[in-house]
Amino acid sequence: MLEASNLECVRGEKSLFRGLSFRLGAGACLMVQGANGSGKTSLLRMLCGLSPPAGGEIRWGGTPIRELAEDFRRELIYCGHAGAVKDDLTAQENVRMSARLAGQAAGEDEARGALRSLGLKGREDLPARVLSAGQKRRVALARLLLGKHRLWILDEPLTALDKAAVATLCGMIDAHLASGGMAVLTSHQELPLAAGRIEHLRLD
Amino acid sequence: MAETNILTALGGIVRRDLLLAARRKSDVLTTLFFFVIVVSLFPLGIGPEMDMLRKIAPGVLWVAALLATMLSLNRLFAADYADGALEQMALSAVPLGVLVTGKVIAHWLLSGLPLTLLAPVLGLQFDLAPASLAVLVVALAIGTPVLSLIGAIGAALTLGVRGGGVLVSLLVLPLYVPVLIFGAGAVEADITGLGAAAHLSLLAAFLALAAFFGPWATTVALRIALE
Amino acid sequence: MNNRLINWFRYASPQTFYPLAGKMIPWFWALTAVFGIAGLYIGFFAAPTDAQQGEGYRIIFIHVPASWMSMFIYLVMAFWAALGLGFNTRLSGMMASALAPTGALMAFLSLWTGALWGKPMWGTWWVWDARLTSELILFFLYLGFIALQSAIDEPRRADKAGAVLALVGVINIPIIYFSVKWWNTLHQGASVSLTRSPSMAQAMLWGMLLMALAFWMYSIAVALARVRAIILERERHAGWVEELREVRQ
Repeated sequence: MLEASNLECVRGEKSLFRGLSFRLGAGACLMVQGANGSGKTSLLRMLCGLSPPAGGEIRWGGTPIRELAEDFRRELIYCGHAGAVKDDLTAQENVRMSARLAGQAAGEDEARGALRSLGLKGREDLPARVLSAGQKRRVALARLLLGKHRLWILDEPLTALDKAAVATLCGMIDAHLASGGMAVLTSHQELPLAAGRIEHLRLD
Repeated sequence: MAETNILTALGGIVRRDLLLAARRKSDVLTTLFFFVIVVSLFPLGIGPEMDMLRKIAPGVLWVAALLATMLSLNRLFAADYADGALEQMALSAVPLGVLVTGKVIAHWLLSGLPLTLLAPVLGLQFDLAPASLAVLVVALAIGTPVLSLIGAIGAALTLGVRGGGVLVSLLVLPLYVPVLIFGAGAVEADITGLGAAAHLSLLAAFLALAAFFGPWATTVALRIALE
Repeated sequence: MNNRLINWFRYASPQTFYPLAGKMIPWFWALTAVFGIAGLYIGFFAAPTDAQQGEGYRIIFIHVPASWMSMFIYLVMAFWAALGLGFNTRLSGMMASALAPTGALMAFLSLWTGALWGKPMWGTWWVWDARLTSELILFFLYLGFIALQSAIDEPRRADKAGAVLALVGVINIPIIYFSVKWWNTLHQGASVSLTRSPSMAQAMLWGMLLMALAFWMYSIAVALARVRAIILERERHAGWVEELREVRQ
């Protein structure tokens, strides 16, 4: 279970939010909404443990994530604005490399399978340089299908995706939630998610 | 179990960086050419007297190696920082220190090692004796990893900072002084017949120290840069 | 335990430190003047003329204290940096950045006076003496620290990055000093050392001591003044700063 209490975020000299608290249980999804610059990305980076909050605490299963360190990161997958897709590698290599960076082993077949489910069949061996922005985003998202991370943190996952890909991604999130996973996401569009366990959080 | 995991992760990141470099060979080659050109310019500036050249050879080769390493430091983290891969490393289940160590090893394989292998050829231009060339290679082999380890700290500190490329030289070059002194000193000691053993053991001591503190400091610096 | 920590941090907060520093600064300036005048009097009038070096040697009353301070300030800077990194206190980072320019100034003074001394002594402005060379590298380290901090826009990141650099530097300084010394003895360049103390007269020692104290007081006064400026700059939107008399005027 992911739990945030009294989070405070300061950017520069401005306090973006303070006193922010929520709990997220198994199978639940938190949609973070708010205008540009309201601190959505900052919140997500805090939840990952990338940047320490100016105040408050984040706990995973009751223990502060600072103490858990690698044990928390093992359960977590984060897709930020930058997809960590290397232009010089092929789509398939990209998926395997980013899995390897995260500390999980991924075989070639698994990587190809993940790319195919995201509609990149036939493009697995093209260098990412020649892929479109939407296709690169799909390559970045393919890693969600490898490994069993319980917490997905997705920052604007729909950027540059077409309708079909949005549907695929929503299906993936639904399946993830149904199997007891958790997700935190930001999006400017409404996500057509099936499950009724979506909580909304507005940052203003 | 945990140890083998760390070793495979280490091997994995070294292979990854080598693969990335193999797809973009020009980056690596530019550094090497820089080294060759700088070293070759000195005789043109100083004159072709062999006695003089033999005297300055160790210093020239080492200073050029320092500068070439410095130029390649940018490559170490900047690309991964820009495309988000560094974030992913910071969120990895593998400790960031391990990944950093892997990246530094890859950096050395791509800059320090080729410099070391190239140096004796350039040493011939300066009329160094075969024994001195051997000492030069050994000194570079021990010293260049220290340059990569210390340089990584500077590269991490200047990530995404205005004028990072020039700044990194200001931060790192003063810290390279001991390696320069003992690296060049080893070759000189051999030329003057004093024996290079003391210099080389001190270089090895620096390497041990840098290997111990370097990745740790780099990790701290990277986390600061990512905040 | 927890209470005691919080108490400590109360003094470490910029808000409580700002007026405290303001009260201390005049005292340190006064001490600077007292020690400085006494030291200069002894240095120029009371200390005897050196048998070998004539009157020119009197520059050591500036040179030696400046060299001491330049090294010591780096240590203090690293101490504050470590504290800031370990406990995440804002004031420590500000102290470190306030000290750096003074440290750089001291290193520069030491180099400059070293050159001035070298000219009559050795007939050349610069000698690759071990101490002078280490001082030069120390000067570069200060410049690197200042350059790194000023290149980073976000103050918190600037503090932390500077702290890492200062700590790496402080581990390196003894190694650098030792290397340069080794290099110097091998090459047998300058055999004259800048501090040939054995024959030093009592009065010279006193003069040097008083000047060192004056430099100390000056460094503290300037660093405190600079810390106050940094506090004002960084906290300019905080309520307590706007309440200050000097800000409202």
